[in-house]
Amino acid sequence: MLQQVEGSQAVAEAVAACRPRVVCAYPITPQTHIVEALGRMVRSGALAPCRFLNVESEFAAMSVAIGASATGARVYTATASQGLLFMAEAVYNAGGLGLPVVMTLADRAVGAPINIWNDHSDAMAVRDAGWVQLFASSNQEAVDQHVLAFRLAEELSVPVMVCMDGFVLTHATEAVSVPDPSDVDAFLPPFRPRQVLDPADPMSIGAMVGPEAFTEVRYLAHLRMLAALDRVPALAAELGERVGRPVPALVAPYRLQGADVALVAMGSVLGTIADAVDALRDAGHRVGALGVTTFRPFPAAAVRDALGAVPSVVVVDRAFSPGFGGVLATDVAMALAGADVPVASVVAGLGGRPVTEASLRRLAERALDGSLEALSFLDLDRPAVEAALAADGSARPTGPTAESVLRHRGARSRRPPGSPGTPAGPTSTEVAS
Amino acid sequence: MTQQAPVKYYQVGSFAVGNRLLPSELRTVQSDPARANSLTSGHRACQGCGEALAARYVLDAAMRATDGRLVAVNATGCLEVFTTPYPETSWRLPWLHSLFGNAPAVAAGVAAALETAGRGDVRVVAQAGDGGTVDIGMGCLSGMFERGDDVLFVCYDNQAYMNTGVQRSGATPPAARTATTEAIGPSPGNPFGQGKDVPAIAMAHRIPYVATATVADLHDLERKVERAMAWHGARYLHVLAPCPLGWGSEPADTVRVARLAHESGLFPVYEAVQGEVTDVLPVRRKVRVEEYLRLQRRFRHLFDETGAVREPETVAALQRMADQAVRRVGSGRTTHRTTYEESR
Ligand SMILES: Cc1ncc(C[n+]2csc(CCOP(=O)(O)OP(=O)(O)O)c2C)c(N)n1
Ligand code: SF4
Ligand SMILES: [Mg+2]
Repeated sequence: MLQQVEGSQAVAEAVAACRPRVVCAYPITPQTHIVEALGRMVRSGALAPCRFLNVESEFAAMSVAIGASATGARVYTATASQGLLFMAEAVYNAGGLGLPVVMTLADRAVGAPINIWNDHSDAMAVRDAGWVQLFASSNQEAVDQHVLAFRLAEELSVPVMVCMDGFVLTHATEAVSVPDPSDVDAFLPPFRPRQVLDPADPMSIGAMVGPEAFTEVRYLAHLRMLAALDRVPALAAELGERVGRPVPALVAPYRLQGADVALVAMGSVLGTIADAVDALRDAGHRVGALGVTTFRPFPAAAVRDALGAVPSVVVVDRAFSPGFGGVLATDVAMALAGADVPVASVVAGLGGRPVTEASLRRLAERALDGSLEALSFLDLDRPAVEAALAADGSARPTGPTAESVLRHRGARSRRPPGSPGTPAGPTSTEVAS
Repeated sequence: MTQQAPVKYYQVGSFAVGNRLLPSELRTVQSDPARANSLTSGHRACQGCGEALAARYVLDAAMRATDGRLVAVNATGCLEVFTTPYPETSWRLPWLHSLFGNAPAVAAGVAAALETAGRGDVRVVAQAGDGGTVDIGMGCLSGMFERGDDVLFVCYDNQAYMNTGVQRSGATPPAARTATTEAIGPSPGNPFGQGKDVPAIAMAHRIPYVATATVADLHDLERKVERAMAWHGARYLHVLAPCPLGWGSEPADTVRVARLAHESGLFPVYEAVQGEVTDVLPVRRKVRVEEYLRLQRRFRHLFDETGAVREPETVAALQRMADQAVRRVGSGRTTHRTTYEESR
């Protein structure tokens, strides 16, 4: 049943329908509303038998999840940004041990400079941790992906991270249908762990592995991840049939038929991209889009198939590797290796900078006329950068870069809302890190 | 019937109680052929490893106390490495190793999972070295204490990061040589500081049970584990476990060195209930710190070739530390059985 609900609340209800036995979390904006809602449900007894652990750090949150999962409990946690990096060692550990933890990542930029708004640099930082990473482009997708995540995780013994854009999705209220608990029960069988701590059958989990077997252990983890490339579409179809709406699987093509340019992206920006594509198509430009829904394992074949004969590809990344370029762009280029298709990397929407339809249209037009560089930064304020560079060249100390850029941008104009420099999202009372 | 002659328990200067002389119900769990053997033979610890000795006694006592319904969580460190060279394992109970600094939180997760599965009868022990406890594990440990998770946390204190080659930890005593506090320069060895008294930190959390023990009194160690398992909630046991490799002591001297740590006052052995000391193991034969220090090459720079004190000020400072530790813990508040003599 459709209801007007905040994304965080909807996700919490979807997680609740999956009947977790242990929920553990540490607060960080913009994840808080999800775990607060779950905390209330556990408190009220609605989720019994379930325990909610208020832990002292994200590192502890993931560690509690590891212990509980290895003891056979279905576990859930959520974090973002600094929190994800603070738990990074345990994130890798859960991946390496093959424990089916499900975690929501309310995607947020990673500092310094500290910033609470959305981009994908947190998710990219643990790209190689051995977790399935699903990206939601809407709250409906996020809700359905959580239900899929538990089934996938437990079937394959791999942890799954559902990445949803902080504020843009977590704090947006829109019409969402939360799956019926009975549908979830029918889709998600009780957790039957592959490995479990049990006095009746003692096993040692987490032993040291040397060079004689480490490669094989890691290779098996790779195979399990590859298996997810088959299982995600199958489970998405099964769940989709049950809930009566399409559930996203590996990739989401949009008006790619006969396209001269394809815009590739992940997350909520795909909504704006679809609007830009519509406008461009209306204006007679043959532009399409491709959403990547499953980022790890990377669906290289599906990407290649979807982009087919598109002669020019532009990847819009909400994160990048400083000194190189977009992360998704690199993966897309690798998927298209040998196809002789130029892949332009565009870094956009960092730290909550809005990615506007107008900017996307200009971007596509430049791709169409062949003037787009191999790597570019959308809506970069060149004068501000040049002023900071100039200041850097003068006497030391010049102070923090962040301050110098802010001073320069502040010194110019008061900008209208929604223009570059005005983050979309929280109201002033919610600006808390 | 004539009155039985009083049994003389202590046959050696050590005041150790021989199992042979005790009625069977007072003998150690370890002397029971039906013991669990939780940490079985074949592991790769060095000869005379205090940690291996302590862990064996702790876990078998906990196994007896829980009727074999026990799960162990282990931090990274010597104990983890020497027991599980893949694909072999010395553990005969369910055992989980995750990371170096997270054992308290992992154990909390295990306990929460057991509780919500209706398996509250299965109990949890978490174990770590001093590094995994007083340094990198401190945040998780404090969280576990504060929440009152149903876990007995055991620290095997060998006073340095042994697994990585004897580097200084927050539990390394002043003046001790480690690989990162070499015995060179004007003040050789580990600098003097306040140290980090984790049993006291545990007591400050007002958890139900905190105790210290050494491998020199294994009856005492087992009894404390048994007492700890009688409580629910967060409990803490800090065991001094000499490391022949890191301390430069003879493998055959592990128990002796541990006993001297207690008798010199440097390592008080006591237990505390709800944050208050309730029982102090008396020192029967007080010794000066030199007697303890001399057996260990990590303190060799304090003595000359003949064994005479070369650094009298340092030794005096260590003696003051020992005397202070004894005063701080006190000795007169004994409310529980402390010796087998008193128990009769
Ligand atoms: C996060 C992290 N930092 C450092 C290490 C390296 N390391 C592994 S064991 C160890 C020392 C363990 O010392 P302690 O806890 O005292 O146990 P011991 O080996 O002395 O019994 C260190 C530093 C690690 N494994 N993980
Ligand atoms: S180095 Fe020390 S703690 Fe480690 S196994 Fe050897 S004796 Fe035991
Ligand atoms: Mg140590």
